[in-house]
This record gives sequence, C-alpha cells and structure tokens, in this order.
Amino acid sequence: MSAADAPPDHALWKLAAIGTLAGVFSGLFGVGGGTVIVPLLIFWFAYGERLATGTSLAAIVLIGLLGTLAQGGLYGNVHLLTGLLLAIPAIAGVLLGTAIQQRIPQRAVSYLFALLLVAIAVELILS
Amino acid sequence: MNELAAVLICLFGGLTGGLVGVGGGVLFVPALTIFIGLTQVEAESTSLLMIVLVAFVGAYRQNGYGNVRVREALIIGALSPLGVWIGVTVANHVSERVLQLSFAALALFMAAQLLRRARTA
Repeated sequence: MSAADAPPDHALWKLAAIGTLAGVFSGLFGVGGGTVIVPLLIFWFAYGERLATGTSLAAIVLIGLLGTLAQGGLYGNVHLLTGLLLAIPAIAGVLLGTAIQQRIPQRAVSYLFALLLVAIAVELILS
Repeated sequence: MNELAAVLICLFGGLTGGLVGVGGGVLFVPALTIFIGLTQVEAESTSLLMIVLVAFVGAYRQNGYGNVRVREALIIGALSPLGVWIGVTVANHVSERVLQLSFAALALFMAAQLLRRARTA
C-alpha cells in the first residue's frame, strides 16, 4: 500500500474510535468486533459492503489474536484440539460465504447484516 | 450426534462470517457450550481461536478480491485492547441489563441506518 492511500488525520481518529468501540463491545458482550466495525466503516468512510466486510475480517484477525493470547497464555482456557477440529467446518463455511458474497449485490450484504443486528438485539433483549 | 450438530453450526457460523464480515463467535460459543459441553469461559476462549483462523482465511480471500484495506484494519485491531479494557471497566460499574438493552438499541439503530442507506443507494 502506497503513502498516497494513507488516511488523513481526521480519518485516523475515526479508525481509532472504531477500534476502541469494537473492543468495548467485545469486552462487554463477547461478541466479535465485526458487529460494530462493518456498519461504522460503511457509515463513516462510505466503504462499499464488500470492502467493509473484508477490512473487518482483517481487523478481527488482530483483535482475536490479542484476545486468544490473553486467554490462552494467562488462563489456559483454550481447548486447542476442539477449536482446531471445529475450525475445519467453520473455514469451509467462510470460504463458501466469501465466494457467495462476490456474486450477490452489495446491498444484499447490508440486508443480511441488518438481519444479523436485529437477531442480536432480540437475543440481548430476551436474555 | 452432538458433534455433528456442532460441526453444522460452525459451518453456518463461518458462512455468516464470510457473508457479512463478522468472526462467527455469536454461533461458535453456543455450539461449544451446548453441544461440546465447555463452560462459558472455555467456550469464549476457544471460540476466539476459531475466529482468528476463520477471519484469517476470510480476510485472505477478500484480499484476493481486492476488498481489504490492510492499514485501516491494523489500526482498528491495534486499538481494540484499549476498548476491551474500557468495556470491562464499564461492565463492572453498570448493570448487565442496562448494557444489554443499550447495545440492543444501538444494534437496532444501526440496522435501521443500514436498511435506509441500502434502499437509497
């Protein structure tokens, strides 16, 4: 990535806010930061849905790594074999999901995301 | 049978992650507690490991399609531990019910904004 692509300073603050908010919700509810990252990248940076979801996944790699290291290193709560075995179908799912996403209209991704947000809201209200 | 259910839910969790750019933990955690029998803390920790693998493969594929801004993603990820610390601190001072309802309201607001934007785009 070239320097010309670097975000301006005010964008840095918004990115920092998104990272912090993603962490807040992750810390509060154990939900992945993606719930917050994707909509905010769309609202604040006018990202298209595919760019927002791709960038969100890349951010989640780092967020999850930091979290896994804390949990696994400090508390030893990670069930390594179970996690690795169940990651196989999960990875098959994500390959399928990203492939499907390239073939549907971007706005369909927004509709799916809105559905996910409503499901999360209902679950939070009922719990 | 339980293992098969867990496999199917994790497949669906990964599918959701690929489609809408989330980690899939919303589905991995219940699969691990209900069908594998892990405690909530063990499930959340193990789910995090799965999220890293799923998000890595998903981000790798999306990068191939030209759908990743690496620099922006790194800034967001690097700032998240500050947020986690704030979240944990807040959680210790505000009732869980208030937090749940607040986030539910925010989720519904964001859903409405996404729908409004998608309809006018």
